Amino acid sequence: MKEFSYERPESLDEALQVLATSGSEVEILAGGTDLVIAMRDRSRQPKVVVDLKRIVEFYPSLVWDGDTVTLSATATMSEVVGDEGINTHFPALVEAAVVVGSVQIRNRATLLGNICNGSPAADTAPPLLAYDAIVVVAGPEGTRRVAIDDFIIGPGRTDLQDGEIAVALELTVPSRRLGSAYERMTRRKGTDLASVTLCATVDDAGVTRVAYGSVGPRAWLKTDQTGVLANPAASRESKAAVFEEIFADASPSVRSMRASPDYRRAMLRVLGARAVVRAVERLQELQGVS
Amino acid sequence: MSETIQIEATVNGRDRAFEVAANHTLLDVLRDQLGLTGSKECCVVGECGACTVVVDGIPMNSCLMLAVEIDGRDVTTVEGLAADGHLNALQQAFLDVSAPQCGFCIPGQLMSAHALLQRNANPTIDDVHEALGGNLCRCAGYLQITEAVMVAAEAGRQ
Repeated sequence: MKEFSYERPESLDEALQVLATSGSEVEILAGGTDLVIAMRDRSRQPKVVVDLKRIVEFYPSLVWDGDTVTLSATATMSEVVGDEGINTHFPALVEAAVVVGSVQIRNRATLLGNICNGSPAADTAPPLLAYDAIVVVAGPEGTRRVAIDDFIIGPGRTDLQDGEIAVALELTVPSRRLGSAYERMTRRKGTDLASVTLCATVDDAGVTRVAYGSVGPRAWLKTDQTGVLANPAASRESKAAVFEEIFADASPSVRSMRASPDYRRAMLRVLGARAVVRAVERLQELQGVS
Repeated sequence: MSETIQIEATVNGRDRAFEVAANHTLLDVLRDQLGLTGSKECCVVGECGACTVVVDGIPMNSCLMLAVEIDGRDVTTVEGLAADGHLNALQQAFLDVSAPQCGFCIPGQLMSAHALLQRNANPTIDDVHEALGGNLCRCAGYLQITEAVMVAAEAGRQ
């Protein structure tokens, strides 16, 4: 690992000042499960590393206020998995967070870091897209709130500008009843990067949303307003036609070692169908339909 | 010359103050600076778990942490399990059921199992599989390792 200077601000203001004076060769450290690897293999060589874990504003890391939960930059995957409210209202996010790495990784890796790292295979990107998460960004000009669909840009790229820190994710319990489910495909059970990630939500108005990743430069969010996917009685052919449109933006890399483009495209349809079925089942449970 | 930072931490029950280089991982410092070579360096990407240590009761990969991050924290490595020259119940169970084969992964396995038993004295086999899922054993001694953790849990209940 190349040498760098280590900064451990204790307030957000202090952290922003450090960023303002550090130029662009600065990396932000939260869980470090991506950053430390990148610094060791020298794919990232920051002059300054800013550790967020002593910033008082970030604790407690997970706060419910009415129907909204705010997860600060220090909220770990393990904290997400362990929160009762998130399990109740955002089960697909828990399903995604609980398969990230191993216990050791989840104890360190942060939810927001998973998004800021910008991996197209980020497990939590599809559920956060499907649940309309908001990213709260602090910078020299103040705080701005960005829809996660606008925040995610491409491999290693987000809407975060120099001098800014992503400080929190906000999730609001949907006003309509919503069933949701997360599916992923890996080469093996256990610690592995996903070859396909997918989250489906179905609401009580029959609107289905499908967010999918690991099959292109970023995770995409698509909506089916027709009610076809949400209708268990709809024909397989009619659903296939809707999925065809939904997955039109999939452009899996030919260079990936994990799976061929054809296989990923085929599996998108399989996981899409599975996730929608489970989401519909969960919606029916919420509606008290057996 | 790399930036060094003065830190204080409890390591295996002993309060220590020492300097660490900003760009050294916790694993580097444990092994090369503190002489605690039980924690192993293997994959260095967080997949194998051979470097697992317990920080404030939580198992973590020491290869993915900067050493400076343990400032003010309580770290237990495999060297901290035995007391007064005697193996603890978990280590003894590993020996009794012949869980170690080549032995390389065992310190990490022990630390993940130790953290599990600290927070759940009555684990199911699924709990053990989940807790040790981040620890690979190249000898594939998983059955015996799982058995050892269950035996240790049983011993702890008596």
